[in-house]
Amino acid sequence: MGVLDVKLLRDLRRMWAQALAIALVVAGGVATSVLAVGSFRSLEETRAAYYERYEFADVFALVKRAPKTLANQIAEIPGVAAVEVRITKLALLNIPDFRAPATGQLISLPDTGQPKLNRLYMRTGRMPEPGRADEVVVNESFAKAHAFALGSRFSAILNGRKRELGIVGIALSPEFVYAIGPGDRMPDNSRFAIIWMSEKALASAYDLDGAFSSVALKLLRGASESEVIARLDALLDPFGGQAAYGRRDQTSDAYLDHGLEMLKNMSRTLPPIFLLVAAFLVNLTLSRIVALEREQIGLLKAIGYHGAAIAAHYVKFVIVIASIGIVIGSAAGTWLGADITRIYGEFYQFPFLVFARSPDLYAAAALLSIAAAVAGAVRALRDVAALPPAVAMQPPAPPRVRRLLPARLAAHKLFSQPTLMMLRNVAQHPIRAAFTVLAMALATAILIASLFLNGAMDGLIDVTYFMSDRQDATISFIEKRPQNVVAQISRLPGVLAVEPFRQVPVRIRFGGRERRVMISGRPRDADLSRIIDAHLRPVALPEAGLAISAWLAQLLGARVGDIVEVDLLEGQRRTVSLPVSALVEDYFGINGMMDSGALAQLMREAPAVNSVNLSFDGAARDPFYDAVKSLPTVSGLALQRVSLANFRQSLALVVNIMASIYIGLAVVIAFGVVYNSARISLSERGRELASLRVLGFTRGEVLHILLLELGLLVLLAQPPGWALGYGLAWTLRNNMAGELMRTPLIVEPFAYALASAIVIVAALLSAIVVRRRINRLDLVSVLKTRD
Amino acid sequence: MPEKVFRARGLTKTYKTGEVEVHALRGLDLDIANREVVVLLGPSGSGKSTLLNIMGGLDHATSGSLFFGDIDLTNLDDRGLTAYRRHHVGFVFQFYNLVPSLTAYENVALVTEIAEHPMRPEEALALVGLESRADHFPAQLSGGEQQRVAIARAIAKRPDVLLCDEPTGALDSKTGIIVIDALLGVNSQLGTTTLIITHNASIQSVADRVLSFADGHISGIHENSARRAAAELSW
Repeated sequence: MGVLDVKLLRDLRRMWAQALAIALVVAGGVATSVLAVGSFRSLEETRAAYYERYEFADVFALVKRAPKTLANQIAEIPGVAAVEVRITKLALLNIPDFRAPATGQLISLPDTGQPKLNRLYMRTGRMPEPGRADEVVVNESFAKAHAFALGSRFSAILNGRKRELGIVGIALSPEFVYAIGPGDRMPDNSRFAIIWMSEKALASAYDLDGAFSSVALKLLRGASESEVIARLDALLDPFGGQAAYGRRDQTSDAYLDHGLEMLKNMSRTLPPIFLLVAAFLVNLTLSRIVALEREQIGLLKAIGYHGAAIAAHYVKFVIVIASIGIVIGSAAGTWLGADITRIYGEFYQFPFLVFARSPDLYAAAALLSIAAAVAGAVRALRDVAALPPAVAMQPPAPPRVRRLLPARLAAHKLFSQPTLMMLRNVAQHPIRAAFTVLAMALATAILIASLFLNGAMDGLIDVTYFMSDRQDATISFIEKRPQNVVAQISRLPGVLAVEPFRQVPVRIRFGGRERRVMISGRPRDADLSRIIDAHLRPVALPEAGLAISAWLAQLLGARVGDIVEVDLLEGQRRTVSLPVSALVEDYFGINGMMDSGALAQLMREAPAVNSVNLSFDGAARDPFYDAVKSLPTVSGLALQRVSLANFRQSLALVVNIMASIYIGLAVVIAFGVVYNSARISLSERGRELASLRVLGFTRGEVLHILLLELGLLVLLAQPPGWALGYGLAWTLRNNMAGELMRTPLIVEPFAYALASAIVIVAALLSAIVVRRRINRLDLVSVLKTRD
Repeated sequence: MPEKVFRARGLTKTYKTGEVEVHALRGLDLDIANREVVVLLGPSGSGKSTLLNIMGGLDHATSGSLFFGDIDLTNLDDRGLTAYRRHHVGFVFQFYNLVPSLTAYENVALVTEIAEHPMRPEEALALVGLESRADHFPAQLSGGEQQRVAIARAIAKRPDVLLCDEPTGALDSKTGIIVIDALLGVNSQLGTTTLIITHNASIQSVADRVLSFADGHISGIHENSARRAAAELSW
């Protein structure tokens, strides 16, 4: 090891606190990228592997009753690789010691055991014996919610008849990663079950021998999904088929996809910004540290070292600091990433996890960090190298000081001497001051953006659950019911208000773009479930035409007044043209809404209802539940309060876990920035401050001068920090928005205040460190020696 | 080595400090002979440090010529000056300019690592009587010891010339005398041409020649018929 390398190591040891602070900034940037992108990739690979190994289908369709022989014709549709026909039915459940009504999604299993598509991952137990009507396999989350084990029993109303069911197996399915009950928005594990049972048993219960009510298809690679769907619809139509749909409209996959999509978009938005901010800070800081080595660089030149050798020494120096950060960041990122993958894996109940290796990610993060560090060092070296050694070895000449104000205004009468010194120092180095302000502003900004993610979920909850959908519960019916069902529901115990809805699946088309959505016909004066406009005000539904989600309008490129084409996928299956009459600000799904009378006319049917929103008296909850359970036409009851709790536990959790991690790393970076600014500023001005002490300034006064400057820069940084933070939040909001869920762009004043508070606290803590250093300033040696 | 080590003709240097323009050298002519010990005297700003810096290749002259043997230093670029400093010149500065994070031994090794025919660091330290302090950091050494380390560092490469800017300026007289003794010892043992800047008039008696500087030029030259030994000095 050469002497210069010895110097390097000793210098690192001498300034370990500062080197560590810089390394931590690098680590923050690297860790964010590694953990966010790494965990997202792992989850995506896990999903892909899960879907592949358990043969998750590509296309799904429901039908009233079709003969099993039709399966052969379906298999002949070009592009179809495999067909699974089965019986699926919804049934109300009776669970011992559980008052609220629960719904079961019954799915038939072939007598041969595992289905070809949507295979089960058996957590425990076995498949039901063929023909045994009392043996079922249930999904794991339902079993867990009721502490069910093998042998546990509950009952279900199958086609009007109560059946006792015993659990023989507990399973996971790629088809129900998210299991969401009818009328609900979120999974409710205690009240929605997936129940697999023998096909024979199910067929006899529903009188479907030799027939099926549901079909799932696997497509060949490269097959056109829309063509297969069109042909499948044509085959199923005579048998009461509902329009087939692909994975995009399969509830579980759509939710899972959106969850992963949000993770991906977060990982594409925040970590690169973190990394860039870290790189910028490291560049800035190391450049200043190398500039402080001016006299030693001069000495090395004086005794005959080549510029290249000196440059190599300092480049090595900054690479070592950056590398420490990269190692810490990679290790922390990998560790946190694996942890996060595990948390999400558990949350999604993946049967296994695939941890993606991402060498490209580490390489990119490391390269960017090192490049930024080296660029910072080289910039400083270039300035020093341009000086003859004789000049470099001396302290810099006093800089030209600009007057802050014209002489006649006598600045010294306006400001105290320390304030004047601080102001002049800032004015003397405007670029350095500007960069420091920018660095601190970025620290504030990334804090705001991270905090926004948390706040965004609260904003979404506020608008969705407290402004728009204010009902207590939604009752869904197995089939559409005549209007008089409203009167029937109104008479249930404790019911205070009822609003009927009619939902029709449609394909909506405009300018070549198409989406499958539900149009809900609703009373124009609906008060439980209200329509919210772009200004977050409740508005009445227009008398004519179609109101659509603003997001749907954006997807289609349609505006108010445009005429959209609508394929009605129920009843007579007509295609109609409707004007877009209003845009609705909603944050869940993409929806169409119209007046229920107008929808009935469009469907050429008597006014009908497939679900009702209602409010009920909480004191009458139990009799209300019992009454709902006694209604044979009901397929499910969604409870708004439970839905909100489940939202907080599911999608919101996906975002909030990551948001908390981002906040933590943003805090690390913010501290690194402020501490380094304070510390370097002290080094740069050590001689000057020591001289002031010699002249009789107290420690407090000297500290005052230094901290005034830090304080001024920190405060100056806040307004641009807020603006940058809002910009980042805007970018995040836009990148995270999807068909399933969007967030309002609400950055709470609290987020601004907290972000600034964190930066200011970082400044105060840095001040304490700096104060200790000022107390230790060696006055005599500063006057005697130059280094 | 030629008889004349340095030959300066019409050497001038003008530089700016902040907003002030300083004429540090105003057309200076000078010859320095091989093995000579020369003391440069004069008040601050008289140009002696500037001359030493230019002779050491630490700075460029504004005009005029300065030959080191056959090499015209005024024509060398940065690379040429670096090679010149590396192979021919040893420096001793008023404030020692040791690297604080390196031990005495390592500070000397800093030079021996890049020189062509250096002595071993311990030899150089022995020449200034510091072999026992080799493992000490600058902060653990007295001012005189630090300056002797700086001298060891300067001579370890066996330079042709030793340029010393106020080598005793920061030292008390007892320590200063030890340092001067070390410099003279190197001159007699290695034959190194030695230029010493000083404010201290009593040091002039150890030189072959004394150049007095005033206002950017040489105002007087005094030749000592006999050099005194360092031990005979006092101030």
